[in-house]
Amino acid sequence: MTEPVKKQYDLNRREMPKQLPEVRRYNFNEVALGYTAETAIEEAKRCIQCKKPLCISNCPVEIDIPGFVKCIAEGDFLGGIRILKDKNCLPAICGRVCPQEEQCEKTCVFHKKGGQIAVGRLERFLADWEAQQCEPEMPEMLPNSGRKVAIVGGGPAGLTVAGDLIKLGHKVTVFEALHRMGGVLIYGIPEFRLPKVIVTREVEYLRKLGVELITDFVVGKTRTIDSILGEYDAVFVGSGAGLPWFMEIPGENLNGVYSANEYLTRLNLMKGYLFPKYHTPVKSHRKVVTVGGGNVAMDCARSALRLGAESRIVYRRSREELPARLEEVENAEEEGVIFDFLTLPLRYIGDESGWVRAIECQKMALGEPDSSGRRRPVPIEGAIVTFPVDAVVCAIGNSPNPLIGATTPGLTIGKKGNIEADEKTGTTSREKIWAGGDVVTGAATVILAMGAGRFAARSIHEYLSRPQAEVSQNSGA
Amino acid sequence: MFKVIACRMIVPNMHLLTLVAPAVAREARPGQFVILRAEEEGERIPLSLADWDAQSGTITVVFMAIGSTTARLASLTAGVSIPTVVGPLGNASEIENFGTVACLCGCYGMGSIYPIARALKEKGNRVITVMEARSSYLFYWEERLAAVSDRVIHITRDGTKGYRGHVGRLPEIMRALDEPINRFILNGCTFFMKRASDETRPSGIKTMASLNPIMIDGTGMCGVCRVTVGATTRFACVHGPDFDAHQVDWEELLQRRKTYMPEEIVPLRTSACEDHHVASQEGKP
Repeated sequence: MTEPVKKQYDLNRREMPKQLPEVRRYNFNEVALGYTAETAIEEAKRCIQCKKPLCISNCPVEIDIPGFVKCIAEGDFLGGIRILKDKNCLPAICGRVCPQEEQCEKTCVFHKKGGQIAVGRLERFLADWEAQQCEPEMPEMLPNSGRKVAIVGGGPAGLTVAGDLIKLGHKVTVFEALHRMGGVLIYGIPEFRLPKVIVTREVEYLRKLGVELITDFVVGKTRTIDSILGEYDAVFVGSGAGLPWFMEIPGENLNGVYSANEYLTRLNLMKGYLFPKYHTPVKSHRKVVTVGGGNVAMDCARSALRLGAESRIVYRRSREELPARLEEVENAEEEGVIFDFLTLPLRYIGDESGWVRAIECQKMALGEPDSSGRRRPVPIEGAIVTFPVDAVVCAIGNSPNPLIGATTPGLTIGKKGNIEADEKTGTTSREKIWAGGDVVTGAATVILAMGAGRFAARSIHEYLSRPQAEVSQNSGA
Repeated sequence: MFKVIACRMIVPNMHLLTLVAPAVAREARPGQFVILRAEEEGERIPLSLADWDAQSGTITVVFMAIGSTTARLASLTAGVSIPTVVGPLGNASEIENFGTVACLCGCYGMGSIYPIARALKEKGNRVITVMEARSSYLFYWEERLAAVSDRVIHITRDGTKGYRGHVGRLPEIMRALDEPINRFILNGCTFFMKRASDETRPSGIKTMASLNPIMIDGTGMCGVCRVTVGATTRFACVHGPDFDAHQVDWEELLQRRKTYMPEEIVPLRTSACEDHHVASQEGKP
């Protein structure tokens, strides 16, 4: 017996090509360009196929990550996409917008040495590879159960529930308030981070599976949940966090002060960056300040840049505390977004015609840690700065949309306006009503919403699979 | 897709559009609005409901052709379809037996106040409708409004019908009426509602206005429709559109409505030119 040779691991994470910063800051095309098949195989081959993989347990939708990575390593892309789609019906989207660095990639055994497998890039590669094939493969479908489920909100949570339940043989209808399916994927996340053609493709896949998709339908207004329950056996509410916060400081209603939702919706859903071909107007601002430090703030600041403005982010804590993904922060910095850390807006100053012209801010310093564990920003006395602006985007967060709670008697609503639902099953205080995603948690991530959708779908399926007598008969069938 | 049943100009520049939208018609209440999109590339705009018929599944809106979207809506013809009609949005107007209610309307408001006046009448109110226009030929739906009103009073800028002037003459009109008013309701362009609100303020009589800020989604998501009422910011789409007119910051609303004034007509001009150019390049007339 010879001494076992210590195996040499390949810790070289393969880079994904991107548009150059000086090019991409002038266009709305996707920033990251994706792996080639060769690079994807190289990257996948680095995976050592742990016996007890830690990546899976840190994935909100429990994808068999080593399984699909192994397929890529062997060049079996079709096999890979099958494994991926078994757990995730929106892989092209998750491969782009999931915070993998906080999830699967964080628990990779190579993480400590900085060589964690690029799971997100591989996921994206497989999904894009499939899209280039003629037709996506249809999954196995269980026979029709005769049960009907209504889904409120066509965002990531709702689409996940729809995908899971249709495969289990239930009839599924998704009601969406806006004129396009996708929720935040369509109205919020910009084209340069998530091309809308990808969202459309994933939505079309669900349509092919037989999901009924109804747009321009505001549940709670066009029809109440209780009215819908007259026709359906179960309802899932995934109506999102669609109520923007403002800072409640003077001058916030001046012209040129936007919520992040408004700014992004004009650009993304309404395609205002193509004005006047698309008719929703977008102003050409010269100096735009975005307030906030999350992913949404990065999206706004980078959009403003692409529309030709000098774009500045004002954040009350330091760079360390930015809640945005590091990758997005770096992208923004490379493109030329100016960051003013430890800066808190005090008021907006307008001109005589009601347009914002300046933003007055308080400089801050970091004090003792607060309840979130982050060091609390405290004002530096007398340190006031003023920036000239012609637009401000307020990207400080959203609350759950109150419409469903206000129109559904008996549905328990939490202090923050969220629908109270069980974390593991999505069940609410009302029988036959499940909820998940941002409407339950407050603004979070796409993948967490999908995870909640997955759990709720499982619970709804269990409920619908009980003997007929236990499930109240549906009058409409 | 939502099919157009009728689209016609009822008085100069004022258009009536009837659409098939059964889900909206079934739930509609007085004071609510819809959001429409005239075409795939179109913007979303809010319009107050002027009428609906749950049985036939149709809704009617009245609007003035002023920007590119309203111009496109105005050019629709019966039989074509538009991609978006969503609603009914906003809260219904408060309809109680208040006693005597004065419904003040101008512009598109002569249409949108009709269902409110009708509901008030059905609730047993005495309804006095005051209509304002530049000239008598700009009044429409007079018979409809008369049918649900106990009295109809006209004001015209040029004096061709009723009182001469504008809504600023309200106090003397009220004096001439010589009967107590329990509530005022305002529907119409922002400036009209501001003026009317100024006139009813000294009386202290509750005055409700249906606000008309810019909107995108109409469900509280975008926040563009924020208005200051009292000291607080409210979203007209989910908290309104009706607010206590005496509490509304009218100057702010007027300013916010002007945000996109320079851009409003750009798509109209541009696409007309582009269409012409494309057609000429393709050798079409």
